[in-house]
Amino acid sequence: MPEIQTKEQLREACEQYQKLLGSRLGLQGDDTRMILICGGTGCQASDSQGIEAEFQRLIAMNGLEGKVAASISGCFGFCEKGPIIKIFPENVFYVQVKVSDVAEIFESHILHGQKVKRLLYTEPASKQKIDTSEEIPFYKRQQRVALRNCGLINPERIEEYIATGGYQALARVLSEMTPDQVIDEMKKSGLRGRGGAGFLTGRKWEFARKYAGDEKFVICNADEGDPGAFMDRSIMEGDSHSVIEGMAIAGYAIGAHQGYVYIRAEYPLAVQRLEIALQQAREQGLLGKNILQSGFDFDVAIRLGAGAFVCGEETALIHSLEGKRGEPGTKPPFPAEAGLWGKPTIVNNVETLANIPVVYQRGADWFSAIGTATSKGTKVFALAGKVNNVGLVEVPMGTTLREIIYDIGGGIKGGAGFKAAQTGGPSGGCIPAQYLDTPIDYESLASIGSMMGSGGMIIMSDQDCMVNLARFYMEFIVEESCGRCAPCRIGNKRMLEILTGITEGRGTVEDLRELKALSETIMDTSLCGLGQTAPNPVLSTMKYFMDEYEAHVLRKTCPAGVCQKLLRYEILPAKCIGCTACARGCPVSCITGAVKQVHTIDQSKCIKCGACQTRCKFGAVVRN
Amino acid sequence: MINLTIDGQHVSVPEGSTILDAAKQIHMDIPTLCYLKLEKTRYLNQVASCRVCVVEVEGRRNLAPACATPVAEGMKVVTNSRRVLSSRRKNLELIISNHPFECLICAKSTDCELQKLVWEFGINTQRYTGERSKHEIDKSSGALKRDPNKCIMCRRCETMCNEVQTVGALTAFGRGFDTVVAPAEMKPVAESNCVYCGQCVSVCPTAALTGVGYVHEVWTALFDPKKTVIVQVAPAVRVAIGEEFGLPAGQDVTGRLVAGLRHLGFNAVFDTTFGADLTIIEEGKEIIERIESNQHLPILTSCCPGWINFLNYHFPNLNYMASTCKSPQQMTGAIIKTYYAEKMGIDPKDIVVVSVMPCLAKKYEAALPGEETYGIRDVDLVITTRELAKMLKEGSVDLRHMRDEDFDNPLGQSSGAGIIFGGTGGVLEAALRTVYEKMTGHELEDVNFTAVRGLAGIREASVEIDGRTIKVAAISGLGNTRKVLEKIESGEAYYDIIEIMACPGGCVNGGGQPYSEERDEIISLRIQGLYHIDRAKRIRKSHFNPAIRELYQSYLGEAGSRKAHEILHISGLLTDKKKVTH
Repeated sequence: MPEIQTKEQLREACEQYQKLLGSRLGLQGDDTRMILICGGTGCQASDSQGIEAEFQRLIAMNGLEGKVAASISGCFGFCEKGPIIKIFPENVFYVQVKVSDVAEIFESHILHGQKVKRLLYTEPASKQKIDTSEEIPFYKRQQRVALRNCGLINPERIEEYIATGGYQALARVLSEMTPDQVIDEMKKSGLRGRGGAGFLTGRKWEFARKYAGDEKFVICNADEGDPGAFMDRSIMEGDSHSVIEGMAIAGYAIGAHQGYVYIRAEYPLAVQRLEIALQQAREQGLLGKNILQSGFDFDVAIRLGAGAFVCGEETALIHSLEGKRGEPGTKPPFPAEAGLWGKPTIVNNVETLANIPVVYQRGADWFSAIGTATSKGTKVFALAGKVNNVGLVEVPMGTTLREIIYDIGGGIKGGAGFKAAQTGGPSGGCIPAQYLDTPIDYESLASIGSMMGSGGMIIMSDQDCMVNLARFYMEFIVEESCGRCAPCRIGNKRMLEILTGITEGRGTVEDLRELKALSETIMDTSLCGLGQTAPNPVLSTMKYFMDEYEAHVLRKTCPAGVCQKLLRYEILPAKCIGCTACARGCPVSCITGAVKQVHTIDQSKCIKCGACQTRCKFGAVVRN
Repeated sequence: MINLTIDGQHVSVPEGSTILDAAKQIHMDIPTLCYLKLEKTRYLNQVASCRVCVVEVEGRRNLAPACATPVAEGMKVVTNSRRVLSSRRKNLELIISNHPFECLICAKSTDCELQKLVWEFGINTQRYTGERSKHEIDKSSGALKRDPNKCIMCRRCETMCNEVQTVGALTAFGRGFDTVVAPAEMKPVAESNCVYCGQCVSVCPTAALTGVGYVHEVWTALFDPKKTVIVQVAPAVRVAIGEEFGLPAGQDVTGRLVAGLRHLGFNAVFDTTFGADLTIIEEGKEIIERIESNQHLPILTSCCPGWINFLNYHFPNLNYMASTCKSPQQMTGAIIKTYYAEKMGIDPKDIVVVSVMPCLAKKYEAALPGEETYGIRDVDLVITTRELAKMLKEGSVDLRHMRDEDFDNPLGQSSGAGIIFGGTGGVLEAALRTVYEKMTGHELEDVNFTAVRGLAGIREASVEIDGRTIKVAAISGLGNTRKVLEKIESGEAYYDIIEIMACPGGCVNGGGQPYSEERDEIISLRIQGLYHIDRAKRIRKSHFNPAIRELYQSYLGEAGSRKAHEILHISGLLTDKKKVTH
């Protein structure tokens, strides 16, 4: 491939490469069969690489090169159903494919045009098989902007990114706009940071541009750490170039020539894809010196983090990047004034960066037309927990929780009742059923005691204990606190101890008062965002689910039946026939009783494993 | 100037000031714990980790740490609202909930800043119980004691070690509740690159960092009838120990101290200043030889074991420049166990030499393999000024009311030159007083080399001696030392003689000196105290110390003689002298 030197050459390359995407873009007259296999971390864990290899083998064996092609793609997002493959031009979507299924798909679908029905997606409600992804409810309500190329292109080929119009936003910015115009356009788009706090991206750039510095830096925050969140990983695995292009645009806007991607070492595939993409961008002249003959130099280097949650906080991230201990510093000064090596620096999140090229390709007006009054564009959520369709979903800001959970997520697993949605990770809160119809944006989530965060969304059913959930998040915080400031280091530990006491039946009414009082001090005096938001899961569950706390504290019971120490298994004498099945199944031998006699459980020895209840065929064992 | 109000009071402060600075200007005492500023040492610990100084700032969502929040025009600060007071108290209660409640038996009791703050806040209940951090106590070095269970993560030690001293032996380690400041990888101090300057101990608000104590061992020796227990006292001790008895800083209490030590039962009370004079004779000879042969210059002084450790760890390629002389402590010990023992007819094996030092590194130095003479340790036990004060109190000595007594002879005689060893620049000045006269053969009329005095970290001067310009420098603080050594390495700077002391200000500010919250002021007062003694001395040049002259005449022969080398120098290269662990 020759180096791309001008905007025109880039446009020509785009047209030329579009053939590669052919049937995927639905181009007329292109009947090349394309088999896309998800190459994300999740599907690779289920051997999607083996699936690809098998397709390649069969294509070669049948001499179909040039007519049929197989390629990996980024994540399709519907991870619940992985590994996923998609066949073009028919756009057929196969789910939970195994290597052993490949021969059948090849024989039946590729060679004879017959879809393999059993591998199609089954709609849980109607039990109907659905052929294409467009018709699957999981995808119907989504609008994929940040994830636009994930599951469409091969992330390891820059040609495919260019074919989608990639790097044309950069070309436009470099050839037609001054840095101030770039910033104005960004402010007009209303794009806000997708990493947590939701600061206006354009404003952040403006500050960094304003501060003088012989050097400035753009940092991509890829230290995704919220439990259950993986949208940033997916974007980097599926569309690294969009992040790189976003960084280059940001660099031009603020006057930086060096970017860093700070990414956790636990994301080896994302690192590898990013390395490939950087190398290709350099080879194509889209990174490096004098990009597209604009006189603008920009390059990006990768820095691996060691997996500390707190390094997602921008000042901690910068310290870590500098080789120091990854702990936050006091603000002000903000990184825009004195960041990396003391120079003006912007730290933008992966999803934010992936949105940036779109703003300049389609315009700020197009972008700001999506979303709500204060929150523009779309947001990717990692939908998880007790919901039928687990995966990555991207929806316009302002979509309601109900739409996400019921329309896209397919409702609560096993037909249980919805209890709450946890958003914003350990810094966020729990949203109860009464707010299911709240349009989700930065402000609405904050007003109901939660936050957008990076987009984790964990759905709780009536089988989940909210006190235990608060305890879980606090445990996470206690492990991940950097230990610098006293309220976070010690205060959260004391919170955890109190919560643990409550879930184990030692809670008092005074404990509930103390939890609130400690929360106030921790939020009010902690040094960084981690501590300042750490009590949110506790406060929001106390606000909406006080009855559960009271049950634990006053009646020493766990209504959801989750807190083991509060459970009590008992044998109903009226139902017990003395079959001894429970006693034989008890791992700690705490059930006594002769054959055909009523059995009893020794509560002092019982470990509350529930094995007796599972084994009893007469419903004689009850859990209280 | 920036204008703001604090609790309604208007205040104007320069841009870049913090809220705490502004409050101080109007005498408003916002409590602090982790924060510490030592202007003369250029030390600033502003990590804002304890959150005890939080204040309300109008328009700000959360409370702001006064110590680290810059003022802004029109800022409105409230320091005593209910929200502020309750948060401060809670944070303090949280801090003590992970701190051992053993104040009664703690080495830092009554000197502990945490204890003081808790007392000032009137906290009288243990609001939070729960798990406490459990770490091993580390006495591996025999000099520095780390009790991480008492660490409150103020990071003062780290700032001192890394930023002022540039030693880099301490860092925050671990995550969450168990985070603690420790040597790299939580290794024992003895396996780290700690140089034992003890400056971390001086700034530690609690007893997380203290010295390893030897008071018990000293009492045991004193009560052993078979032992002759001889004490030596370093110059810097006499101008500081009075503070422990409520006397003004810098007041010379030499005579009372001698009386007190005798009262404790020491068989002889000697002066390390004698060893300092002896050092000048031996080192002076080395200086003249190197200058005349123009080899191995600059010559670096080797009195300070903290500095020598730093040299070996960080600039091993320059360590040939250091003098081969033992330090005054070791010379004094060596002469006691040879010359004095012979003279008194005591088997040196029955002598216990106890030194009272302002220093923790001296404990380390005394235990080093090479620090012995004819197979016998030069110094047996080293206690600090602080430890001696405790011994005196335990032994019914009130320094305020002792009558002056004189040191024993012959190792009690000293010159003013030996006295000023206790402050930065003193060793250099003492050396110049002797070297000048030895090289020129003329009397030096004005003995005051004021250019090398003062508290600036690096002081340079040129001295004309015998038609030759001698470039000298006196440096205190290891960060300053690093700057100069880097310049020497790169060829950017040239010197003939350099005096280096690890502690900012020299031994008067050593890691074994009485704790003080007004250290900046006190360092100057202590140094003034030393120069005051020097001025009052009839003999102010080491080579005129009659006891030294007698020692050479009757025992050592010439300066630099074979015998002098056996007893007073470290044989071979300096790398053999001090253990190089990495």
